[in-house]
This record gives sequence, structure tokens and C-alpha cells, in this order.
Amino acid sequence: MAKAQLMDFDKALELFEPVLGFEVHVELNTKTKMFSDAPNYFGGEPNTNITPVDLGLPGSLPVVNGEAVRYSISLGLALGCSIAPSSRFARKNYFYPDLAKNYQISQFDEPIAFGGSVDVELPDGRMFTVPIERAHMEEDAGKLTHVGGATGRIQGAEYSLVDYNRAGVPLVEIVTDIIYGAEKDAPELAKAYVSTIRDIVVALGISDARMERGNLRCDANISLRPRTAPGEPPAKLGTRTETKNVNSLRSVERAIRYEIQRQAQILADGGTIIQETRHWHEDTGTTSAGRPKSDADDYRYFPEPDLLPVVPSPELIEELRAALPEPPAARRRRLKQEWGFTDLEFQDVQNAGLLVEVAETVAAGASPQAARKWWSGEISRLANAREAEASSLVSPADVAALVALVDSGALNDRLARQVLEGVIDGEGTPQEVVDARGLAVVSDDGALIAAIDEALAAQPDVLAKIKDGKVQAAGAVIGAVMKAMKGQADAARVRELVLERAAAS
Amino acid sequence: MTNHDHELIRMPASALAEKLTSGEVSSVEATRAHLDRIGAVDGEVHAFLHTDPALSLRAAESIDERRAAGESLHPLAGVPIAIKDVIVTNDMPTTSGSKILEGWVPPYDATVMQKLRAAGLVPIGKTNMDEFAMGSSTEHSAYGPTHNPWDLERIPGGSGGGSAAAVASFEAPLALGSDTGGSIRQPAHVTGTVGVKPTYGGVSRYGAIALASSLDQIGPVSRTVLDSALLHDVIGGHDPRDSTSLTDEWPSMAEAVRRADVKGLKIGVITELDGDGFQPGLLERFREALDLLAAAGAEIVDVSLPSLEYAISAYYLIMPAEASSNLAKFDSVRFGLRVNPPGGGTVEDVMAATREVGFGAEAKRRIILGTYALSAGYYDAYYGSAQKVRTLVQRDFAAAFAGVDVLVSPTAPTTAFKLGQNDGDPMAMYLNDIATIPANLAGIPGISLPVGLATEDGLPVGIQFLAPAREDARLYGVGGALERLLEEKWGHTLISQAPDLAPGEMNAAEEGAV
Repeated sequence: MAKAQLMDFDKALELFEPVLGFEVHVELNTKTKMFSDAPNYFGGEPNTNITPVDLGLPGSLPVVNGEAVRYSISLGLALGCSIAPSSRFARKNYFYPDLAKNYQISQFDEPIAFGGSVDVELPDGRMFTVPIERAHMEEDAGKLTHVGGATGRIQGAEYSLVDYNRAGVPLVEIVTDIIYGAEKDAPELAKAYVSTIRDIVVALGISDARMERGNLRCDANISLRPRTAPGEPPAKLGTRTETKNVNSLRSVERAIRYEIQRQAQILADGGTIIQETRHWHEDTGTTSAGRPKSDADDYRYFPEPDLLPVVPSPELIEELRAALPEPPAARRRRLKQEWGFTDLEFQDVQNAGLLVEVAETVAAGASPQAARKWWSGEISRLANAREAEASSLVSPADVAALVALVDSGALNDRLARQVLEGVIDGEGTPQEVVDARGLAVVSDDGALIAAIDEALAAQPDVLAKIKDGKVQAAGAVIGAVMKAMKGQADAARVRELVLERAAAS
Repeated sequence: MTNHDHELIRMPASALAEKLTSGEVSSVEATRAHLDRIGAVDGEVHAFLHTDPALSLRAAESIDERRAAGESLHPLAGVPIAIKDVIVTNDMPTTSGSKILEGWVPPYDATVMQKLRAAGLVPIGKTNMDEFAMGSSTEHSAYGPTHNPWDLERIPGGSGGGSAAAVASFEAPLALGSDTGGSIRQPAHVTGTVGVKPTYGGVSRYGAIALASSLDQIGPVSRTVLDSALLHDVIGGHDPRDSTSLTDEWPSMAEAVRRADVKGLKIGVITELDGDGFQPGLLERFREALDLLAAAGAEIVDVSLPSLEYAISAYYLIMPAEASSNLAKFDSVRFGLRVNPPGGGTVEDVMAATREVGFGAEAKRRIILGTYALSAGYYDAYYGSAQKVRTLVQRDFAAAFAGVDVLVSPTAPTTAFKLGQNDGDPMAMYLNDIATIPANLAGIPGISLPVGLATEDGLPVGIQFLAPAREDARLYGVGGALERLLEEKWGHTLISQAPDLAPGEMNAAEEGAV
């Protein structure tokens, strides 16, 4: 594949206005699947979490999961949407082997939620309102694994394996209206929008929202339209592409930036944009052409005759509305105040998409500053090094446990960083890593005193300086003791003891 | 076959059930008698696609053991029943009459099967049908046609010709059918038997291989109205696995038969289904039946349902539209036939090759029709308009039922036609459903029961009653009453006039009787 020519981002923005649109799929963490009583769990042995319904066996019939309906209503309300008094499922017909019935049960012309908006905070603190067209319920497809061939994609594969464990997992698809006016902030807005959706579903408790596991998936639509001189009517909207496979917040931002630069160069060269899906490649930071997508794709939608309309009672809707958590923007204001962060500290956390992680770490018992320090510091550094999402490396509970070990004096910072790596490498909880690696700080004064006495004896000139009141000379002895203890000592305690022993000698 | 066996297979299920309950007859005896009958006549009739005598006898034996142990059993426990092959069974292959499912044994039982087994009925085999229930003659079965026991050269109706022929030829006292546009009632009409399409949602569809989900309904097939009612009471009721299943508490249909009385009942004759295009000798029997009902105190009035004119056109858009989607799952990936194109190919190639070989002509015709009707740009003109007609049909029925208790018509325009007669003329075949389709479009219940033999050809004629949704019991009432009036008049049942299919067997029985 020839490498696409990219226009400089600022220049692209001079020539074109980016126009955006997002489709975010949220996997709901209900107990059972959307239309069957199979456990809502995938992974594990393929094709084990399935019923005749999930396999689309002849004669089987779907039944709507009431819990999924309630979750969807809550999400719709949190997105500021109206909830349809009656909404309907439809069949979206197309042949594909990950689709057991060769149709997907989705909602088409009568979604459960419509007409909302979400306030999104940009990195510079500005608020941007993203219009929401609709949120509708549907079922996930199975998972195909293409074997043979170089790309792992269906083209060129020798054969493909299908796992229907994921078939029928409940999804809500959130579709934005066309988003104008993002301008140079388009990449950041994309990231902030997906991050806000994630915050909302986590606060509602309706999804695990792990992007790297596909719990939250974003398809990013983007087109460019040429700028016109002031006073002239705006140009027609450009042809859009839909970038799929964007599995992290960082990728969302990068993919939008890339597509703006790629499309701008093609248009500037007099070329045309093909309406198609594009695959995002995390490793190369590029997109490649997928299948052509036209507005005339004919899915032969018709009302699903096996299901009745979904008619939630007004009482249920009001009950769910009353139970909504505070909106993310308000929550952010509250947390910033509760945590006592400076503007800069809070924005760092926010922009790194770590608000949820810090909040959960604080909820698990860590101090806000310690939680921030770990997530923005060491964990983010490791995430960068490993080209992974910080949230995917370690759980808030483990971070809180790590902080507790430091606070109790069992670990110093250096040891804690080692323990963190152990946790990330799957060696267990922080305490298990401490035990397995024998990393605890030596708090036995006897062992420390023996090492100190030895070090003082080996450096009589230093001892003399300390006794003369030149306390800073103690550093050399402390260093020697820490070395002897292989770093597993609390430096502050060593310092105290060194001064004590020197004075007593 | 002994005289005893001969009696066992000819008695209605209600009578056999009494003998089983009293211990006079064992289920093994009854089951074996029917299996022997299948062995004797099904070579000619071809009502069954699959039987498993050992399996059926084991089920019968288990009922006999439970009864011997003093267990209190359902009144129908031990009675054999034939199952239309559209219904999935976890111990017998289920093909829906199609090559694409040849040999497929489902890993689960339909809800109606669970209910039958729980009541102790003994499944005796799977019956033949038009492929995926698409047809009115059983000629579209991938496994060859079923023959009408009254005249083996003629069709047994469809799609449930197998179930109707099995009951009419004494191979089973009861059968399950499914009715999307008349597939229970029209076969009952041409075979001199009884068939009921319950209210949509009255019987669970879970485990019935879907033809058209908004029209399909499982129902009973039998030789007497009471037998259908007894079976209806077993299979009816709410099923949480079928979202379209009604949550109503249902009255006993059998009670409705036993209390049957038509005095004061207002019966509306559907004028659109009484005249042009209907066989004259068939209409004679129809009018005689109305006269009997009037003499017994019913009030007979004419009722017009003007939108019925468009019902067939609407049906032949809605049904194929839903079928085209329902049949998409037959793609070789998870179950059923797989055909690999020469030299291999993509998954799409394999799907296409499988569907090319696995589906018969009528299935393909309807898939193409339905796909077209749902396509962008055509949806409003076809599927959309058809749904509007459906609403009009429903309104016509609602208006009609505001003035009468039940509606009545002949079940079909003609008696059984000859096998092959409508080959290459799908429209003629489709028109056979003109009287039965409206009930499916409206979701209302219907019954067909025999009213005699047509003057010109001596073949059975059925009458159809329709009632408002949820009023199935009303049909059993009027059906039971008419059946009694007719049998009093004739001095015998109609089915007893059917030609005997195994004369040797008959002779043996007669000798035994002497």
C-alpha cells in the first residue's frame, strides 16, 4: 500500500472546515444477552455461551432483555434525549457469517431515544455541545478470526473461525448529528466526546467501557468542506469517510487528525474522496481503505415481527431519570473542588482521560494527590512505553492498594514502582507481588543498625564530620546503607538512625 | 391387523384416551396399532417423513409404567400424535420439508413438544409438508407429495397435507399443524377432517420453523371437534420464549365443545366467499349446513367484508417478505446442508451454492418476491401498501364482529384437485387460499370441519367458522354443535365413508368381527 500524502494540519485547517459525526457502540453489562438468556459474557472457550437463539437455530425466537431496555433508557436520558413512548425493533438484513440469522435485530425508524446533546470539555477548558441524533438498541455480532493470509483480515485468509459467544451481546449505538464548528480542535473534540460518553456509561454503571476490549467502539465520520470567502454561501458538504477499529481515546484523536490531513491533501491535489469505511492501524498511525459504503446500501429493514414494540411506562422513565448520576461536567467541577487540584493538575488528569481512574482510585481509599501522581506519572509513562492505554494496565483498586503500602511505610517509591510493574505484568495484586518478589522495606531497626554501624566504621572521616555537626555528610553513609539493603529500606528512617548512631559512638 | 387394533386406530382420541385411562388399553398397544397402520398404508399415502417405532414405543411404555405405578396422568396421556415437520423435535430429524435441513436433529424441543411430552402424548412421527410450509398441496415437499386418502390421485391440501392425511387415514388420531395462510384448515377441508388455527399468540411459536412470523400459528388436527379441543387445551397458553404469545387465561376448549349449542348464535355468512369461483356442489353442502344451524336456532345473516378482495395480494407480499428474511439463516454455516462449489470459493460462494441446491423452486420464488418487496424504493409500494390492506382487513373483521358472533364460509373454493393439476401455475395455487388467508392477516381464530361430500366429485367439503381474536372457544362451540347435528342427520361420521386403504386388513377385521 502506497503511503498516503499528508498535508500539514494547520494548512489543512486554513483550506478546509472539518465536519464530524460519531457512532459510538456501547456494550451493556447486563446479566444476560439482548434477546436470549445466555450469560452476557464472551471470551473463554468459543461457542460455549450460546443458546438456540444466539445461533439463530430454526424455530428459535428472540425475547427482549428488560434490563437492557432500562439501561438504554438511562443512557438516553443521560444524553439529554427524549425517550420514545413506543419504539420498535427492525431487522437489518445482510449476509455475513458472524451474523447467526443473517439479519441483525436493531432499531431503525423508531429508536428508543432521540434528540439530545452532550456537553464536552476541550483541553483548554472550553465547553462544546455535541448534538445527539439518537441512541438505539441492537445486538452484537459474533467474532470472526481469519486464519492464514498476511493481514488477519478476510481478504486472503485461508479459512475463518466464528465464535458466537459475543453474538447477541446488548449494544446501544449512539449517533451524533453532524458536528460543525470543531475547527482545529476536531481531533481533541473527538477524543473528549468519546471520553465523555465513557464517563457517562461508567457513572451509570451500564457498561465496563473498556475500549481495548471493545466494550466501547467508535466509528468516526469525517469530511472536509472548502472554505469560502466571507459573505459567500458555504460550500457543499464534502464526501465523508467512516474510520473504524478506533480502540482507544488516543487513537480517536490520531485517526481524526490523520484523516483531515489525508483528505486535505487529496482534495488539494484535485482528487476526490471515496465514500468508504477506513480501517485505523494503531501501529502505523494510518488508515487504509475498507469497503465502499454508499447511502444506498440496502439492508431491507422491516419491523421485526417476532417482537412487540417497546413501551416503557412513564413511571419507569421518571424513576430512571430520578436515579441519573450527575452529568460529567458538573461532576468534574465537584471532583476538582473535592480533590483540591489546581487547574493544571485537573486538566492533566482530564486530558489524559484518567478522571474515571483517579476517581475510582480515590474511592478505593487513596488520597487524591497520590492517585493523581501515580496515574499521571508512572502509569502513564509505562502506558506510553508500552503503547497501551493507561486504564488497561492496572485497576484502580490495585493502585489504591499500592498507595496504601507506600503510606504504611511497607514500600518506598522506588520499590512501589517495581511492584507496579509486577502488577502490570500479571504477577498478582500489589501485596502478592511484594510477597513473591520479597520487596518489602526493611523495617527491622536491628538489621539497619548493623548495616549503619558497619558503614560508619568503614568511613571514619564521615563519622567525624557528622559528629562535628556537618549533618549533610551523612548522605554518603545513607547511600552505603541503602546499597547494602538493596534499596529495601526507608531512606528517612535510615537517616534518623545514622544520626542517632553517629551521636552515640 | 386384529379387529381390536382396527377399532383402536379408528376411534377418536377422546375415546382412546378413556380406554387408556381406564386401563382397558395400554399406550403400547395403541401406539403399536398406529405404527402397524403406518406400515400398512403409508407407502401409498406418504404422510410421514420420519417414524422411529422403537422411540415411540419406549415413550408409550413409560406412560404405561407410570400409570401402573398409580400416577395420575393427563387425560390424553398415552395417545399417539403425529407432528408436522415444521416443529423442532430433539429426538427426531426436523426438515420443514426441505433438502436444506435433511437429517438435521435439533438440539432443542419446541414449546408445544415440551407441553405434549409433559402431558404424556406419544409422538409417533414427523409429517410431510410443502417445503417451509409454502404451498397448498404438499407437492412442494422436497421429499415427494402426500396423497389424499379419499383419492390417492389427489392432493391432501397444504402445507400440512401430511398431518391431515395421517389423521384421515387412521395413522394417528391427532396431529399438530401450522397455519400461515390456511395450512391447517385447507388440508382439513380436502381430507374430511378437523383443523383449527388458534388466535395469533394463543399457542407458542417457539420451535416452529418460521415461514412468516406475523402470520404463523400452530394448531390441532384431528377427526373430531372435541379431539382438536382436547389437543388445543394441551398446547395453548402463554410462553415467555415467544414475545408474541398472549398472556390471557384461556377457557377450556373441550368444555366449549361439550356445552356446544347454537341457539341464539348470530352467524354471518361472508358474501365475498359465497358464490363466484366456488364449486357448485361444494356450495350445496355449505348451504345445507347453514340450514341445519338455522333449524337448530342460529340466526344466519349476510355480512360483507369489502377489503377481502385485496387480502390475497397483501398476503403474497407480507408472507414472502418475512419469509425472505426468515430463510436467510439457512446458509450452511451453523447447521444443515453445505455445498462447496467446485474448486472452493468464498463464504458467499458456499452460501450461494448451498441455497441454490438446498431450496426448491417455490422457496426460491418466494425469497425473490420477498426480497424485492422489501428493497429500497419498493418497500412503500409493496410491503407498506400490504400492511395498510392488512389494517383494512382487520377493521372489516372488527366491524363484522360488532354485528355477529361468528363468521362462516366454505374453507376453500374447490374440493381436492389432482396432483400436478396446478403445476406451473402458482397463481391458481395461491387462489386456493382465498377463504383462509384473511384470518391470518387479522390474527383471528378459524376452524374447518367436514360438512359432507361434494355433489359432482364425492370429495370432502369443509366449512370454516371465524371468531374474534381470543374467542377460540366460540369456534369449538359452533363447530361441536354442527358436527353433532350432521352426524345425527347422517347416522355416521363423514370419515367413516373414506375408502379403505388396506382392503386386506379390512377383510381380516371383518372376518374377526363375524
